[in-house]
Amino acid sequence: MRLAGKVALISGGGRGMGAAEARLFAGEGAKVVIGDVLEDEGRAVASEINGSGGEAFFSLLDVTKDDDWRRVVAEAAARFGKLNVLVNNAGILVREELEEGDGEGWDRTLDVNAKGVYLGMKRAVPEMRRAGGGSIINISSISGLVSLGYPAYNASKGAVRIITKNVAIQYAREGIRVNSIHPGVIKTAMMDGDTRGDEDWDRLLPMKRFGEAIEVAYGALFLASDESSYMTGSELVIDGGFTAQ
Amino acid sequence: MRLAGKVALITGAARGMGAAEARLFAREGAKVVVSDVLEDEARAVASEINDSGGEALALALDVSKDDDWRRVVAEAEARFGKLNVLVNNAGIIERHSLEETSEETWDRIMAVNAKGVFLGTKAALPAMRRAGGGSIINISSISGMVSVGYPAYNASKGAVRVFTKSAAVEYAGEGIRVNSIHPGAIWTPMSLYKNERTREERAATVPMGRVGDPEEVAYGALFLASDESSYVTGSEMVIDGGVTAE
Ligand SMILES: NC(=O)c1ccc[n+]([C@@H]2O[C@H](COP(=O)([O-])OP(=O)(O)OC[C@H]3O[C@@H](n4cnc5c(N)ncnc54)[C@H](O)[C@@H]3O)[C@@H](O)[C@H]2O)c1
Ligand SMILES: NC(=O)c1ccc[n+]([C@@H]2O[C@H](COP(=O)([O-])OP(=O)(O)OC[C@H]3O[C@@H](n4cnc5c(N)ncnc54)[C@H](O)[C@@H]3O)[C@@H](O)[C@H]2O)c1
Repeated sequence: MRLAGKVALISGGGRGMGAAEARLFAGEGAKVVIGDVLEDEGRAVASEINGSGGEAFFSLLDVTKDDDWRRVVAEAAARFGKLNVLVNNAGILVREELEEGDGEGWDRTLDVNAKGVYLGMKRAVPEMRRAGGGSIINISSISGLVSLGYPAYNASKGAVRIITKNVAIQYAREGIRVNSIHPGVIKTAMMDGDTRGDEDWDRLLPMKRFGEAIEVAYGALFLASDESSYMTGSELVIDGGFTAQ
Repeated sequence: MRLAGKVALITGAARGMGAAEARLFAREGAKVVVSDVLEDEARAVASEINDSGGEALALALDVSKDDDWRRVVAEAEARFGKLNVLVNNAGIIERHSLEETSEETWDRIMAVNAKGVFLGTKAALPAMRRAGGGSIINISSISGMVSVGYPAYNASKGAVRVFTKSAAVEYAGEGIRVNSIHPGAIWTPMSLYKNERTREERAATVPMGRVGDPEEVAYGALFLASDESSYVTGSEMVIDGGVTAE
């Protein structure tokens, strides 16, 4: 099993890509901590994992709150003995164009998508140092690379892309690796409010389909495992060719 | 096994990263064609795989020759029934500044590193189409993204980087994925070739503080070869210990 003996904390693990990662990681032998603001969903994923021979627990986590991070990281270490992997996956999409809104959407987006990643790394790093190293996987987006979606979302995902490199360099010699994943358009609840038509998407997507959550989860598994031991500060784009054209 | 039932053709597989990929892919269930201009070394890698329970075939291939490609792809299909994965790994380096780079050096490097990838991709496409899809992995380099001070090598690897995207977009609809890998300083025979810098000197330039092993690139290639990367195409996988993040 590719994550045997490892402990992984996944933010936003209650549904979508985070839930797919939680299930996949548990199947590969990791003990998984699911953090989310969605309590029922998070608990359901954890009990599903426990029911199928894995090991997981849910803990309420609002990624914008430093106290939450301290508590959840401490719980992970207390219950599973250590922390090796953090997937900063929680994120929100506020559909607001530049001239719309009063700035509240910007604040909320940057709080969850950017500050949440910063706080998560800050609290996980000391625990990973104690574990002798670790792997942090930050879920950015192709919106962190090119214009897609909305300005606040773009800015937040660009922030994640580059803070990843900063922290990667900072901790490279301590065996803590930090990489970003840049999913394209993935079939999750986040895309439910999408208004683009099929023809637009066909033109934008060389593979002519949306990705599935599991197709991102496998990328995260690779980065979480020791198979990617020489990768840090890298960007893994999983977008069906979107940004190649 | 992550490549069970797949047939993989790896160029420059007689040593270094190509040999590491051949061994790893075979362990993961792939039937492997070990191709290289170094025929004896290629045969040794193939028999090592066969002796340890895998299935491999060594074939002579000069990647800069179209006729060689046609023959090798045909033999791979004849022997193993199909072709699912191609790793365009063969490459050469010559360490010269711009003014010291002769026209012959430029042509030689381009012929192997860039044209070799073009010819290989072209030759493999019809076979992959027959197989119902496939995965092509082009070994570029961080030299395809930033200067390492050897302009011909830089240019050849930059060509591979963008050629990859072109092929990826063109064949995405046919289930053929094309991605590039960009290794940093990896310890292989190439690192020793006319290079004054020691392993320690190379390591000191890497944020991780060490050079990489061929296996650490091979695992990236395995991910891209397998169906786990089914939504990955036209992407660049950088495996460099943090060099280009700085
Ligand atoms: N779906 C896509 O097309 C797509 C593309 C690129 C990137 N992404 C990114 O992937 C990640 C996962 O998104 P998804 O598509 O699975 O969406 P999703 O909405 O299904 O899942 C996001 C999860 O994050 C949780 N979350 C939101 N705010 C939180 C907070 N403050 N604290 C803790 N948890 C919180 C949600 O409750 C939810 O469970 C996000 O970062 C998203 O921006 C999504
Ligand atoms: N070693 C590094 O630090 C490094 C870094 C980035 C990228 N790369 C690239 O990785 C690839 C593998 O390199 P390596 O480090 O394993 O080097 P290597 O020299 O050990 O292996 C290269 C192999 O390619 C073969 N080859 C050369 N010319 C050929 C031709 N015309 N036809 C067929 N085979 C040919 C060689 O015989 C050799 O077996 C190359 O493309 C190289 O440019 C290497």
